[in-house]
Amino acid sequence: MKKLLLGDEAIAQGALDAGLSGVYAYPGTPSTEITEYIQNSPLAESRNVHRRWLVNEKTAMEEALGMSFMGKRAMVCMKHVGLNVCADPFVNSAMTGTNGGLVVLVADDPSMHSSQDEQDSRFYGKFAMIPMFEPSNQQEAYDMMADAFDFSEKVHLPVLMRVTTRMAHSRAVVETVDVPREENKLNYNARAKDWVLLPAFARKRNAFVTGQQAMLEQEAADSIYNKYIDAPNHSLGVIASGIAFNYLNECYPDGCPYPVLKISRYPLPKELVRRMTAACDAVLVAEEGQPFIEEAVRGIMPGDAMIKGRLTGELPRTGELNPDLMRRALGLPCMEGFAPCEDVVPRPPALCNGCGHRDVYAALNEVLEEYPDARVFGDIGCYTLGFLPPYNAIHSCVDMGASITMAKGAADAGQWPAVAVIGDSTFTHSGMTGLLDAINEQADITVIISDNLTTAMTGGQDSAGTNKFEAICRGLGVDEEHLKVVVPLPKNMAEIKETIRREIEYHGLSVIIPRRECMQTLKRHLKQQKK
Amino acid sequence: MYADTEKTFETAKEIREDTTMKTDIVLCGVGGQGILSIATVIGEAAMKEQLYIKQAEVHGMSQRGGDVQSNLRISSLPINSDLIGMGQADVIISMEPMEALRYLPYLNKNGWIITSSAPFVNIPDYPESDKLKRDYAMLDNVVTLDIEAMAKDNGIPRSANMILLGAAQKALGIEYAKLEDAVRSVFGRKGETVVEANLKAMAIGREAVLNNTVK
Repeated sequence: MKKLLLGDEAIAQGALDAGLSGVYAYPGTPSTEITEYIQNSPLAESRNVHRRWLVNEKTAMEEALGMSFMGKRAMVCMKHVGLNVCADPFVNSAMTGTNGGLVVLVADDPSMHSSQDEQDSRFYGKFAMIPMFEPSNQQEAYDMMADAFDFSEKVHLPVLMRVTTRMAHSRAVVETVDVPREENKLNYNARAKDWVLLPAFARKRNAFVTGQQAMLEQEAADSIYNKYIDAPNHSLGVIASGIAFNYLNECYPDGCPYPVLKISRYPLPKELVRRMTAACDAVLVAEEGQPFIEEAVRGIMPGDAMIKGRLTGELPRTGELNPDLMRRALGLPCMEGFAPCEDVVPRPPALCNGCGHRDVYAALNEVLEEYPDARVFGDIGCYTLGFLPPYNAIHSCVDMGASITMAKGAADAGQWPAVAVIGDSTFTHSGMTGLLDAINEQADITVIISDNLTTAMTGGQDSAGTNKFEAICRGLGVDEEHLKVVVPLPKNMAEIKETIRREIEYHGLSVIIPRRECMQTLKRHLKQQKK
Repeated sequence: MYADTEKTFETAKEIREDTTMKTDIVLCGVGGQGILSIATVIGEAAMKEQLYIKQAEVHGMSQRGGDVQSNLRISSLPINSDLIGMGQADVIISMEPMEALRYLPYLNKNGWIITSSAPFVNIPDYPESDKLKRDYAMLDNVVTLDIEAMAKDNGIPRSANMILLGAAQKALGIEYAKLEDAVRSVFGRKGETVVEANLKAMAIGREAVLNNTVK
C-alpha cells in the first residue's frame, strides 16, 4: 500500500505493522505526530494498543519497560530533551535488558526550531551502550521499525531510533505492508537476576553488556542500512549519516564521484570507516547534529586521512544541514537566486488573540510595577512567549518544571518577590516535585499555574492533570488560604491583580491558578459540537 | 580539488531538464493561514500523477502567528533532499505579500511568485505598502491576487487559499483536472458543499490568471 506520510507517521505505521502493543509518550516537537498517528489509527484501536499521553518521559520510559518485561513490543517517543528527563530508566534499561522489543524513539531538533538546545541523542545511545538506528528517509524509517523491534528481541537490548526535525516533519510516499504482524503474546521471561539491579547482579550485567559491543558493531557493519558505495575519485571520501546522505545525493544527481559511506546504524562500524580512510586522501564527515561520528573518526592521533567536517569548518559547527551547506563543503557552486529583500522583517510567534496567558501576564505586569525588584521564573510552553514584547514578563526559561524550583532557589538566596509561571501540563510533567520542596520549606514564592486545560504548544494534547490541580496542590500541602483560582479574562482584571498582590505580600508559599481553555482547543471543540 | 565534479553536475542537469518533470515549491504565510491545506492538495494530485513527493512542514512553536513555510518538491525522478536549495525554487506560493519576499533567495531566476496581496499585520514594524509595491515592481514573474476579497465576493470566504492554488496551477506543472480530483478526495469527507466551494475557488484563481486580470 502506498501512503503519503510524515516521517513521524511512517515511524508510527512501521511500529504498528511490526506488532506494537503500546506507545508511551509525552508530547514534544518534533516527535508529537508519532503518538497522534497511533491514537487515530483504526488498527491501534482494534488491537487496543496503549496510546494515551503520559505525565512525562520518565513515566513513559518505565511503563514501556514494564510492557517489554512482559514480552510485548513497546515504543517510547520523545523529543531530544525528553531523553534527559528519562535518562535514569533509559540508561538502566540497557542494564536490565529487555524481553519484548523496546524502541526508544528520540527526535532531535538541530537548529532548535522548537527547543532550548540541540543536543545529539546519539551520545546517549553510546553512553548506554545500546544499538542505534538513524533513518535517512521516510521509507527507511518505516522499514527500520520492524528491524529495530526484531533486533531488540534478538539482543535483548532497547534500540535507540534517532531522527531529526526534517525527517520527522517531512512527507514522502511510503510503501507499507498489507498485513500487519501479530502482537507478541504475554510472556514473562524469568530472568530475575537481570531485572533486579542490585550491585552484585548489576555488575554482571554491566560486564555482559560491555562484552556485547563488538557483536553489536559487527551487526551494524553487516546491516543493509550501512553502505559503502565505491567510486573512482579517491581524492575525497564522504561519510554521511541519516538525512545528510540525502543532501549529499542532492548535490550529485548522477551519483557521487567519491566513495560514500552511508551510516544509518550504530555502533559506528570501524571496519567500514577504516576502509574509507585507507582508500581516500581526505574524508568529509556530514552528519545532522553534533560531530558524533567526526570525533570518533578523528580520535586524537594523527591519521593517514585528513578528516573534514564540523570541527574543521567545512560544515558549520552548529545548526542543521541543508543542500547548500553540503554543496559548499564539497566545493560545489551554489545556485544563484535573488538577493534577500531588505524590507522583510522578522515575524516571531506570539500568543494567540484571546489567549488566557495574555490576561495573566497583563495582570502580573501591572502588579509588578509596584515591585521593581521582582523576578519572574518562566517555564516551557506557549507562555514562554511572554518573554517577548509586549509583555517582556519573564526572566528565565530553562527546562520543564524549573520555574518553581528556581524561584525557590532565588528565594533561598534572599530574592523577593519571586514568582513562578508554569503551565498545567508542565506542572504535572515536572513541577509537582519541586512544589513539594517549596511547601516543605514554606518558601516565600508565588506560583502561578496558568491552566489552559491542554498541552497547547505542541498542538493541544490532553493534559494529565486536568481537573485535578486544586486537589494536587492541597494533597502536597498548599495552605487552603493561599490556593486561589481565577478566570483570566479582561473583565476580571481587578480581581486577578488583587489576588496576585495579596499572595506576593503573603510571606509563604501561595499558588494561583488562572484557568481558561486554550483558544485553539476551544475553536476545535466548538467545531465538533456543531457537527 | 573538486573541479571536475562541477562540470559533471552542470552537464547532467542540462540532460535532466530535457526529460523530466520537477517542480520545487516554497509555500509560505503566517501560522494559521492554511498553507498546509494547499500542500495537501498538491501532494494528493502529485500522488495521483505517480510523481515523487517530498514535503517539509513546520510544526510547533512557529505556528503561533509567526512566519511559516513548507518546502514541497514534486518530480518524476526520486527526490533526495527534503529541503530546497538557494535559487532552486520554481515557484513561491504565499498567503501573504511580505512572507513571499522572505524566501526570494530560494527562488530561481525564472521562478514565479503567486501571492495574496493582502498584508497580514501582526507586528509593529510591518513595512509600508509603498515599499512592498516597489519590491514587487522589480520582479517580472509575479501574480498578486486579493484572494480574501475575491473569496468573500464569491460567497466562499473560507476558500481563499484554493483561489491561490488555482492561480498557481500553470506554474506548478500539474494538470488542472488532477488538482480538481485532489480537491475532491482531500475535502470529500467534509461534504459536498465544502468540495464545491473549493472547486469554485480554484476555478476563480485559474481564470484570473488566464484572463490576465492580474499583473
